[in-house]
Amino acid sequence: MENKQAGAGSKIKNIYKSDRHMWRLIIIMILWFVFMAVTKFSKFYTVVNFQTMFAQFPEFGLMSLGVMVCMITGGIDLSTVGVANMTGISMALLMQWASGESQELSPIWILIVFVLAILIGMVTGAINGILVSKVHIPPILATLGTGQLFTGLGLVMTNGSAISGFPSTYAFSINNRVAGIPVQFLIFVVVAIVMAFLLSKTTYGKKLMLIGTNENVAKFSGLKVDHILIKTYTLSGICSALGGMIMLANYNSARSDYGSNYTLQCILIVVLGGVSPNGGKGKISGVLLAIFLVRALETGINRFPQISSYYISLIWGAVLIFVMVLNYFTENNVKLFSKKKA
Amino acid sequence: MGEYLLRAIDIHKYFAGVRALDGVTLEIKPGEIHCLAGENGCGKSTLIKIISGVYQRDSGTIEFDGQAMNRITPIDAIMKGIQVIYQDFSIFPNLTVMENLAINSQLAANKKLVNWKNMRKIAEEAVAKIDFKVDLDAVLGTLSVAEKQMVAICRALMFNARLIIMDEPTTSLTKKEVQALFKIILQLKAQGIAILFVSHKLDEVFEISERFTVFRSGKLIKTGNTADLDDKKFSYYMTGREFDVKTFSPSRTTEEPLLEVKNLTLDNSFENISFSVKGGEILGITGLLDSGRTELALSLFGMEPATGGEIFIHGKPVKITSPQVAIENKIGFVPEDRLSEGLFLPQSIGDNIIISEIDRLTNGILMDKSRCKEEIDRWVKEMAIATPDPGNAASTLSGGNQQRIVLAKWLACNPDVLILNGPTVGVDIGSKHDIHAILQELADKGMAIIIISDDLPEVMENCSRVLILKHGRTAGELSTQDITESMILDRMM
Amino acid sequence: MQKLVRKLLQRNETYIFLIIFALSLVIQVRSGQFYTPNNIVDILSAMIVPGLFAVGAFLVILTGGIDVSFPALASLTAYATTKYLLDTNYEGNILIPILMALVIGAILGAVNGFFIGYMNLPAMIVTLGTASVFKGIMQGTLESKQLAVIPSGMKDFGTSSLFTATNAQSGLSSRMPVAFLVVIFVYVLAFFVLRYTILGRGIYAIGGNENAAYNAGYKVKRTKFLLYVFAGMTASVAGIIRVCMMQQCHPTNMLGMEMNIIAGVVLGGTAIVGGRGTLTGCFLGTLLIVMVENSMILIGVPVIWKGVFVGLLIVIGTAVSAYQSTKAGTKRAKKREEAA
Repeated sequence: MENKQAGAGSKIKNIYKSDRHMWRLIIIMILWFVFMAVTKFSKFYTVVNFQTMFAQFPEFGLMSLGVMVCMITGGIDLSTVGVANMTGISMALLMQWASGESQELSPIWILIVFVLAILIGMVTGAINGILVSKVHIPPILATLGTGQLFTGLGLVMTNGSAISGFPSTYAFSINNRVAGIPVQFLIFVVVAIVMAFLLSKTTYGKKLMLIGTNENVAKFSGLKVDHILIKTYTLSGICSALGGMIMLANYNSARSDYGSNYTLQCILIVVLGGVSPNGGKGKISGVLLAIFLVRALETGINRFPQISSYYISLIWGAVLIFVMVLNYFTENNVKLFSKKKA
Repeated sequence: MGEYLLRAIDIHKYFAGVRALDGVTLEIKPGEIHCLAGENGCGKSTLIKIISGVYQRDSGTIEFDGQAMNRITPIDAIMKGIQVIYQDFSIFPNLTVMENLAINSQLAANKKLVNWKNMRKIAEEAVAKIDFKVDLDAVLGTLSVAEKQMVAICRALMFNARLIIMDEPTTSLTKKEVQALFKIILQLKAQGIAILFVSHKLDEVFEISERFTVFRSGKLIKTGNTADLDDKKFSYYMTGREFDVKTFSPSRTTEEPLLEVKNLTLDNSFENISFSVKGGEILGITGLLDSGRTELALSLFGMEPATGGEIFIHGKPVKITSPQVAIENKIGFVPEDRLSEGLFLPQSIGDNIIISEIDRLTNGILMDKSRCKEEIDRWVKEMAIATPDPGNAASTLSGGNQQRIVLAKWLACNPDVLILNGPTVGVDIGSKHDIHAILQELADKGMAIIIISDDLPEVMENCSRVLILKHGRTAGELSTQDITESMILDRMM
Repeated sequence: MQKLVRKLLQRNETYIFLIIFALSLVIQVRSGQFYTPNNIVDILSAMIVPGLFAVGAFLVILTGGIDVSFPALASLTAYATTKYLLDTNYEGNILIPILMALVIGAILGAVNGFFIGYMNLPAMIVTLGTASVFKGIMQGTLESKQLAVIPSGMKDFGTSSLFTATNAQSGLSSRMPVAFLVVIFVYVLAFFVLRYTILGRGIYAIGGNENAAYNAGYKVKRTKFLLYVFAGMTASVAGIIRVCMMQQCHPTNMLGMEMNIIAGVVLGGTAIVGGRGTLTGCFLGTLLIVMVENSMILIGVPVIWKGVFVGLLIVIGTAVSAYQSTKAGTKRAKKREEAA
């Protein structure tokens, strides 16, 4: 295929090279959609199917955005799922308490729980940020520990079981559609826009990228590194908490071991979207595409009943490694050949 | 044995189509001290790596001891008696001195098991060869740079070395340590070992070497006896340009000092340092590595806030507790190590320039892209940074151009006081002159400049006054107009 | 003597030992149950699987890598082995299952090793990916279900004991599984390799300075590759042992253990960036985690609080060691000044 296009000009190649990750994702996406069109058109291309997809991906999509900013600083956030579940559980308990016997809840509570959820996200995220920046614990360990801690707290709050007996008002209003668009998706869009704005239009985004490149140089350049790191992990905490709130609506229950696959999935998405695990490189557009691609892949696979849903974890793992290998070849090919000669 | 121990003739090497070596030749006689000089990127490191088997040459012949060597692997080179002491010494910071010394020979002997008694014996013999006193059980990471280098040298000597290649061995050594190193080198020469000494420091080349070879842009420029060489010729061979040395004298200075420091103290580093700088002046601060000069710079910039004493800016007392406070008070700081402190190498030249003033390039909360671009274009032009596109990564530039970026970053903040720690370390001669010219021009425009350096010619040439530190205390303040280098040296030592 | 004390005080292992000792005293005072023969045997027996996992994780971290795939790898191996032996009506002893596990573990470990060692991809991401793949193969391709019956040879191995310790007061008794010998064997092997082979010193050397190790003549890529293979093998054996000890094969209940194991290794003083750490520390750190997981109930802390305590332990433990290393850093700088 490439040979045929070679005549079509180096122009295409240059466009491709200028943003390799993006184009790679777009190509995979197109191929997948074509494949689905050929094989399962009537089952895949329905309004309901797309509505379901757009209602499902915001929960891990939001968490991925959080992991993304942390990874840009050269860190990682492994506590996202813990934060999400703990937030979901505490808000479910709160709504249970607020509704009392009546099982009724006034809509104002929805606003209240969202504000409180954001607060929980901020606090948990700030704890991560302080552990990473002030106490100098490697991010991978700090967030691993706090993740464990938050999950544990969730477990204590629920006594190990699921919480489901809270008013349906909440799930009903979030698990809803406005003009055919799922509310979950709208929440996601708002957060994504804020993130995109922060990353590309403000000095925070630029500083984030530079801290991820070299923290020491950032210090010598007069950047408030600790401050920005705490901000970043706080941002990630908020994303996780909102993700948890959407999980709460989608499942209409809360439990401390929901979404245990999401840690891996978020990292997969972020790496797939072109963020370097070493920090200092990455774009939100790539991550957004990757979020959608992952969901489309899963939904598509689910349309084949003969394929066990358990294969999805296999496919994700394989795709993750495949992308890393691709990056290795595209970025190191010169080195690779010279080394082979040696 | 022929006349030459090593002959590398007409060596070519390409990296991904870029020519790194273009038919260079290097010949070393047995037991001689040969200096290989050239600016950064001239190909000297590449040639070393070809000789030591890390890279393979594309064409050309290499003879060692009269025998042609076709394909060289690192082990071949070691077996022939070629040892390289890299700039990072290639040591294990987490292991003990003993293991660092013994492990290479154990590996070379293809041993599978560790015999600790034997390793200790090997290590003891190795340090005894040059009479180096060190605790063999100390973890290497706790040693000083000079001690680490000694360990590396001891290790190299264990393999019956015939040729030892030292890649810029004096970069992070103090004057005293350099003298000690030279003594060792002469000792090695007396044992019949040839030394290839890679350096671009003039004074060292003159002091230690018998013959020299200069590369420029991957080509051989000149090889000959050091005795036939002088400063001017050497600079010319290195850069292809001729320079006039112009000693700086301030044209006009402000009445009041812009920066004044009284009894400044940082526990365990320096104490009771006092000095002042007026606008238009260039003050030099010099001293040995342990003199506290770097720590003083870090304190002035708030990286390691001083624990005692006072700092006045424009006559007002300020407490500089963080780099942000320093920047607010219009202090700029060009750090010592460009790669780990000064530059975001993979990021764009533009971002590197504007990062410290970025909070001013906004309208409200948004970044003002057009003003950013204006700033970048302005500084690229003003500092004559040689790049086709400021969007390129900083790593694509040469050392001199990189240092200009760091300078531009601080000038963009419009500082009153600019502190430079080792402004031309690792910068080639051509750029060094250019940077000096820029600094002098800035001083003429009224900026107060502090150059912290142990490069005495640099201090003499650019500074009107020099403050000498010794063991964290002031050892004198002299005007450079009527002194000689040796007077500074006397006070430093 | 004084020198010895000072040397001990500089070591992380001493502190972790003191913490373990203090915790044991608290448990003893509160419950009177810690220093009883059966409780100690119980704890050692609970150490078998985590202890084996920890050795692999420890060696990998020493070189500056990380492996989060070992629980998935062990689960896949254990399930595949047990299932295959059940299907073929295997009647023999434990040797064949262990051998099979070693082979499968080596192959799966080689996958990790290939990507990380030879292709130099980030270990964290690769092992996250392979963990997912291993899980997918187990649940998707092999359609894993809980196996209530296991081959008789494995069953016998799981129930055979070295000795039985009885608590005279309560009359409770605990068996010391034969499998503990495997742990001892692996630790002795690892100790010997690390201390007395050039390869073992190379593991430290690579963790300290990879380029220098290459210059010195170490085959860095191959060493890393072999370590992941070794980690895969020990993890697989641990998986099989767990199945034997539980007398059934529950495919997913090892998943998620990776975080606690890594935390234990790091608490034991192993630097997460590699190059520094001891086998003793690795064992003690794992022991601490196992004690917190298994003994909290003895001091009246409900099991449900386990996660909270382990989480707190990780955060506080890593904070202390982070604090120590920054302090050591400044101390070193000062020492250098004095030397210069």
